[in-house]
Amino acid sequence: MTAPRHVLILGGTSGIAVATARLFAAEGAVIGLAGRDAARLAEVAADLTARGASAVPLFPLDLATEAEPAAQLAAMRDAMGGLDDVLLAYGMMGPQAEDERDATTARRTLDVNFTSAALWALAAAALIEAQGRGGLIVLGSVAGDRGRRKNFVYGAAKAGIAALMEGIAHRFGRPGAPPGLRAVLVKPGPTRTAMTAGMDREGGSWAEPEDVARIIRRAADKGGPIVYAPGRWRWIMLVIRHLPARIFNRLDI
Amino acid sequence: MSTARGLETSALTSWGRTLRAPQLVFAPSWRDELPGALRAAVAARPGHGVLPMGLRRSYGDSGLNPEGAVLLTPALDRTIAFDPATRLLRAEAGLSLAALLAWIVPRGFFLPVTPGTRHVTLGGAVANDVHGKNHHGAGTFGRWVRALGLLRSDGTALELRPGDPLLAATIGGLGLTGLVTWVELELLPIASSVMQVEDEVFEDLDGFFRLAEASAGWDYTVAWVDCLAKGAALGRGIFSRGRHAAAGGLRAVEPPGLLRMPMDAPGFALNRLTLGAFNALYLAMGRRRSGRVRQVPYLPFFYPLDGIAQWNRLYGRRGFFQYQSVVPPAAQREATRAMLTAIAQAGEGSFLAVLKTFGPLPSPGLLSFPMEGTTLALDFANRGAPTLALLARLDAIVREAGGRLYPAKDGRMPAAMFRAGYPAWEGFQEHMDPHFSSAFWRRVAQP
Ligand SMILES: Cc1cc2nc3c(=O)[nH]c(=O)nc-3n(C[C@H](O)[C@H](O)[C@H](O)COP(=O)(O)OP(=O)(O)OC[C@H]3O[C@@H](n4cnc5c(N)ncnc54)[C@H](O)[C@@H]3O)c2cc1C
Repeated sequence: MTAPRHVLILGGTSGIAVATARLFAAEGAVIGLAGRDAARLAEVAADLTARGASAVPLFPLDLATEAEPAAQLAAMRDAMGGLDDVLLAYGMMGPQAEDERDATTARRTLDVNFTSAALWALAAAALIEAQGRGGLIVLGSVAGDRGRRKNFVYGAAKAGIAALMEGIAHRFGRPGAPPGLRAVLVKPGPTRTAMTAGMDREGGSWAEPEDVARIIRRAADKGGPIVYAPGRWRWIMLVIRHLPARIFNRLDI
Repeated sequence: MSTARGLETSALTSWGRTLRAPQLVFAPSWRDELPGALRAAVAARPGHGVLPMGLRRSYGDSGLNPEGAVLLTPALDRTIAFDPATRLLRAEAGLSLAALLAWIVPRGFFLPVTPGTRHVTLGGAVANDVHGKNHHGAGTFGRWVRALGLLRSDGTALELRPGDPLLAATIGGLGLTGLVTWVELELLPIASSVMQVEDEVFEDLDGFFRLAEASAGWDYTVAWVDCLAKGAALGRGIFSRGRHAAAGGLRAVEPPGLLRMPMDAPGFALNRLTLGAFNALYLAMGRRRSGRVRQVPYLPFFYPLDGIAQWNRLYGRRGFFQYQSVVPPAAQREATRAMLTAIAQAGEGSFLAVLKTFGPLPSPGLLSFPMEGTTLALDFANRGAPTLALLARLDAIVREAGGRLYPAKDGRMPAAMFRAGYPAWEGFQEHMDPHFSSAFWRRVAQP
């Protein structure tokens, strides 16, 4: 028997996070779940336990407003009895029109998806580097690849996280750094989760959370610093990024 | 978002795709959102009420609520508790049988009863009290339900157990008694995910009944019939029987890359000619392996069609009807013969014509479909008037035999046909939630 993997999920009730946690649960992992809603975390924990997780410690806290991520992370690691991977999966997406109209709403979108996520990612990177091994996986979005009128405020926050994660991966990969460090940004395309429940989700561009979860699970072991989920989005976004503005502006995407 | 206000769409059809109509969709993800979503759904469509909706594998209109509200459950897919010692699994009603199998099979458990597709929810399996190939030994799905949670539109959350009249109404209750929030099911222990299977060709209908009687010792039995065969060959087909093997490992087996119907097939793809060619080929294949016991993985044995996503598009834009009947033992031979004769004469019917005998175990639901006798199930492409005329002829045969039709597969039976087949329907009404409704129910109960 190998020792169970210790995986901490920040945003343990997100649809993609739950699907990923189930894959780790089937392997008998210890899965820490952090998030705002204690009752819902407990429901996810029951599910993961039934599916084979060794233990599912819960950390109810508001990740978006937490001021001491480094201290919190250290405490969570101790409570879990170790830490191999941190998966940062929380986020929110409101209607873009409200972000454009109302500064408070826009600030919230940016704070949750960028500022707080960046601070947790930095703290996790520091902890992982200090222990000399571990993986940090952060959920970005294809929305961060090019500002589109439908969701560029959310997209801007995700673009910021992308730059931050590239920087962390760059740092982890520098000559002389411990070999057991991983930093990966996973960029899902549109996925059928609760976050997108209000949208028209028919059509082939939508993925199931399970598809994205399998890619995240693989990214925890191998793959580059940027992983698209599903992989075809790498090529789609390559094209979209390089469309000349006069064509891009006509597209209602 | 849509938990509070709902989303209007005409995109949600059932498996047969004959009915397209706008519905207001609510899609909650958490148990704590359910009371609010239900309240909002009821308030939004006062005249039409609300209907729970699973993975939409029902064929006709029993899972649809046109102009009304529907509450989608598949996001509610969490396990609540599992005890390998008692084999009791409690999970939210939106959990699919496919997702459940993926993690219980490696642990040595199986579904006590499963329909022919695994893409159905626990709630949907309860609401239609589904049956499988092991009906003769295991009865229906509802017999294995040990408890369930029911949320009524007035906000009361009930925990129902066998013996409770409301449970008897809810099993097979077509989603009309309230929202099933969770289900506790007794699982079947298995030693292997491999199936031992034997196929046997039979040359006529009597051959089928002989094999069915001789196969009572097998856990799973079902037969495919050549619905175009006439005269002496009427009712010929392939009988297949199976059981869980004692060895061979426990594998969840993810299907390798799914085949998918890329678009609706043009209306001419399925005709007498292609059907005849398919049936001849299939029978020849059956003859080659007749009488040989094979070891096969459980997925293709239980779910032969799940390998082709959206195969329902084979029937083209106008969709199709399934017709599944059951007739009691006293009349089963004549009635089945009469139906197959009518179908062969009309030259309609489908690749998949399925014949099985149901055993005597009583079904627990007031409106459960299975009863002792013979069940025949076929798909019919929707060709309009001629198709409906043929189905009406079949209705007459089934009624005459004292049989009934399966609401989950129905999109057209007349009210009188339903009432004749389900005499408990009037008593059922007193258990209904006053704010739940469906197209099917409005059609059969209120004309
Ligand atoms: C290829 C194929 C093979 C099949 N083989 C079989 C078979 O062998 N045996 C058999 O019995 N059936 C069979 N079926 C039919 C299928 O098992 C049933 O229609 C099943 O009920 C579908 O479940 P669903 O989750 O898709 O529910 P839906 O079709 O979405 O809904 C079915 C009913 O359940 C109700 N419902 C759903 N969720 C809830 C809930 N949470 N609370 C209350 N009510 C709810 C709905 O209101 C509706 O009345 C087959 C279907 C297909 C497509």
